Amino acid sequence: MHAPADTPLLYVLTNELRLQGPRFGCGLAQCGSCSVLADGVEIRSCITPVASVEAKSITTLEGLPALYAEQKGLAQAPDLHPLQQAFIDTQAIQCGYCYNGMTIKGSELLAQNPKPTQAQIRSHMNGHLCRCGTYPRVMQAIGLAGKRMAGEVR
Amino acid sequence: MTNPCDLLSRRDLLKAGGALIVGFQIGGSASPAFAARGDIAGPPDPNQIDSWIAIHADNTATIYLGKGEFGQGNTTGLLQIAGEELDLDMSQLKWVRLDTNIVPNQGATVSSSSIHRGGPQVRAAAAEAREALLARASSRLGVQPGSLTVSKGVVSIDGHPNLSVTYGELVGDKPFNSKFTGTASQKPINKYKLVGTRLPRVDIPDKASGKYVYMQHVRVPDMLHGRVVRPRGQRAYGTGAKPLNVDESSIAGIPTARVVRKGDFVGVVAKEEWDAVKAAQALKVTWQESAALPGNADLFERMRAAKTTDTVIADWGDADKAFAQAAHMATATYRCPYQSHAPFAPNCALAEVGPNGAVVLSSTQDIYKLRSMLAEVLGLPEQKVRVQYCEGSGTFGRSCYDDAAQAAAVMAQAVGKPVRVQFMRWDEHGWDDYGPAHLADVRAGIDSSGKLVAYEYHGWQHGWLINETTHELALLMPPKEQTSGPMSIPVNRMSTGSMYAVANRRVISHAVPMVGYLKGAPLRSPLDLSFAFASEQTIDELAFAIKMDPLEFRQKNIGDARWLGVLNAAAQAAQWTPRVAASALSNAEVVTGRGIGLGTHHVSYGAAVAEIEVNKRTGDIVAKRICAALDAGQIVNSGLVENQIIGQVIQATSRTLKEEVLFDKSGVTSLDWDSYPVLRFAEHPDVTPVVVQRLDEPSTGAGEEAMGATAAAIANAFFDATGVRLRQYPMQPERVKAALAAART
Repeated sequence: MHAPADTPLLYVLTNELRLQGPRFGCGLAQCGSCSVLADGVEIRSCITPVASVEAKSITTLEGLPALYAEQKGLAQAPDLHPLQQAFIDTQAIQCGYCYNGMTIKGSELLAQNPKPTQAQIRSHMNGHLCRCGTYPRVMQAIGLAGKRMAGEVR
Repeated sequence: MTNPCDLLSRRDLLKAGGALIVGFQIGGSASPAFAARGDIAGPPDPNQIDSWIAIHADNTATIYLGKGEFGQGNTTGLLQIAGEELDLDMSQLKWVRLDTNIVPNQGATVSSSSIHRGGPQVRAAAAEAREALLARASSRLGVQPGSLTVSKGVVSIDGHPNLSVTYGELVGDKPFNSKFTGTASQKPINKYKLVGTRLPRVDIPDKASGKYVYMQHVRVPDMLHGRVVRPRGQRAYGTGAKPLNVDESSIAGIPTARVVRKGDFVGVVAKEEWDAVKAAQALKVTWQESAALPGNADLFERMRAAKTTDTVIADWGDADKAFAQAAHMATATYRCPYQSHAPFAPNCALAEVGPNGAVVLSSTQDIYKLRSMLAEVLGLPEQKVRVQYCEGSGTFGRSCYDDAAQAAAVMAQAVGKPVRVQFMRWDEHGWDDYGPAHLADVRAGIDSSGKLVAYEYHGWQHGWLINETTHELALLMPPKEQTSGPMSIPVNRMSTGSMYAVANRRVISHAVPMVGYLKGAPLRSPLDLSFAFASEQTIDELAFAIKMDPLEFRQKNIGDARWLGVLNAAAQAAQWTPRVAASALSNAEVVTGRGIGLGTHHVSYGAAVAEIEVNKRTGDIVAKRICAALDAGQIVNSGLVENQIIGQVIQATSRTLKEEVLFDKSGVTSLDWDSYPVLRFAEHPDVTPVVVQRLDEPSTGAGEEAMGATAAAIANAFFDATGVRLRQYPMQPERVKAALAAART
């Protein structure tokens, strides 16, 4: 990694590591497009200097299935995190650009609380925008994924 | 299914005699006969089967669609149409990235026309291919084509499934070399297997997994990162963005950063993206001052006083006479804001330009139109410019995609390397071609039984921009507004009362010249939210005047069966029970209300019922539940339309309650998501989408047509909740409080 310490993490992930998960949306931490997990907690990579996460474990969308397997003690990582599968099954996606953020933030909620209420989902996800207007199906998918995850056995 | 964007990584850079030639490999299984596909500037002859369809040896087909995927699912719908005529399964169908060297010119992907106008073209091409394939099968199998049956690309003799041949064996990666006959028969509707079914979208799996390649993901070797440098927030149209002084030394400390200038265009490039971002912010530019805008405060008065070009959109019967005899009238003025496309991701483009050619990757809605604009900007023959489409985030009309493409091209030409331009949030919010503001004077009258007798609508707005900002800046072009042709008359006859039977109707468009205002362009359901907000509140006022339930009033006055169909479908989904509006007012701090709206974009039919909550103390409005029905004729895939209805309702709610471009006399000031708020997750309504299927009607648009209805339903719900009319949107708290306070005095 060659980037100077003040480089936002997002540019390192997209330009040096060529990852497709986190994406530029605003550069102002207002939209959630750039979300990644730092030690399992959602952060906005567009305003996070790369030096500040040196000691942390960063998980991007690409690594979410493996993180899920680790959290659940599964022998093998699935192809998709249950929330990703739920997005497909509910046909929630339109342009899909915001779904990095939706998946990262939604997975964080489900890791904390596998049976969130509608109010809890609305509150937790409120920092993530969708301009195409797919909020209703994101909510549906989070609920569906939670129910499926609850059936998992450690 | 091949992801067309995967192919970019196999791009070859060829240098021949000092000239830079860029070759892209496109397509599934390329064959010698198709070595040329992609090398010659298009568009290909639309009357040749090969322009649309390629059959591969493995019995799959590539369909060369000319309409782009923007998240609305039209790729899936169009492939369903092609697969239906060809008797191929979805799993046997591939598509390619739109490319001006490859795909037919199906016109811009706009106006919800992909299925409406693009569908018949794809259907005809696929039917022609099927006929050509059956002719060959007929020779091969020794029977008349009429005795053949096809399933999944396997042609067999009726009753003898073992006597068969596949498409792949008949054609297998060779061209058809056949023109359309013009007489190929199309499948009857009652035989449809794919069209009319809810197939899952072909693009969703890769979008869920993260494998889908968006425009913003693309990187090529040796490229530089570019940023445009402009005043923060556009100035009045016609005053441009003139840089009086550019201090290049101000970025001397940023590694590899350099300035690119052409005409009034200013940009920076650097090897590292962060350096380009920093350079764009650090570059010291003295801009010419401009204070030509009216600002939000004086906008509508200036529009009303403007020297307009007036066009009669409709003038039926004798409106003046009918008004004189009306038992009740509703008359009011409505004020509707500039709104922004505000795509979730600011636009991005990548260009490579040499003396002999250019390749530009863009999220444009019209690859062929962009090609001709780029040719002009770059000073290259059009045949030497190649444009490829790469999906960005939903654009909802003309956002800055062409501006970004032109900026990338200008910078790439200047520096002789590929340049990727990413607009920043303030670039996209500040330099958008906005949905224009609208001023409306509406009046309508009824007789004593509640029958509409007269309707009159006057609308003021400016039109659309012709050339994009980089084009105008780089070539120092004068302002140029579309002033002729159908696109120059944006007052939409369909949206201004056409849903009702009224013998005396007058609709006049007052076109305000765009110079001195903000740049305009179509924004999803262009101006229809404004038309519906104004027109449907007028209708609602009349229903209230005779104390009639708003649903009953509309049923009584509706113009045709299809309007009645969506109206009843939405009302039924909402479990509407008869009650006069504002007849159950409450003194509580938080009150609820419901409202109905009808609306359209061009041809389809939209209806909505909204249930809202109003906090009278804070002025906050929350949409709780919205039912919206859409009739778009023959629905190819109701799953696509349901998804579209949901998105339209959420977006229309956002635009009705929250969205307004802010600007002072100097320029636009709403440059981020805080200053241009959109509907957030916590406040979104539950949405019940209702798809009205009409298999025997031609397919019409389904991407915009429920938005006006939604805006109107929310506006009417506010009256039901409070007894007060709000005649300006967005219906934000300060306006709500002011309207409630005014009503109390």
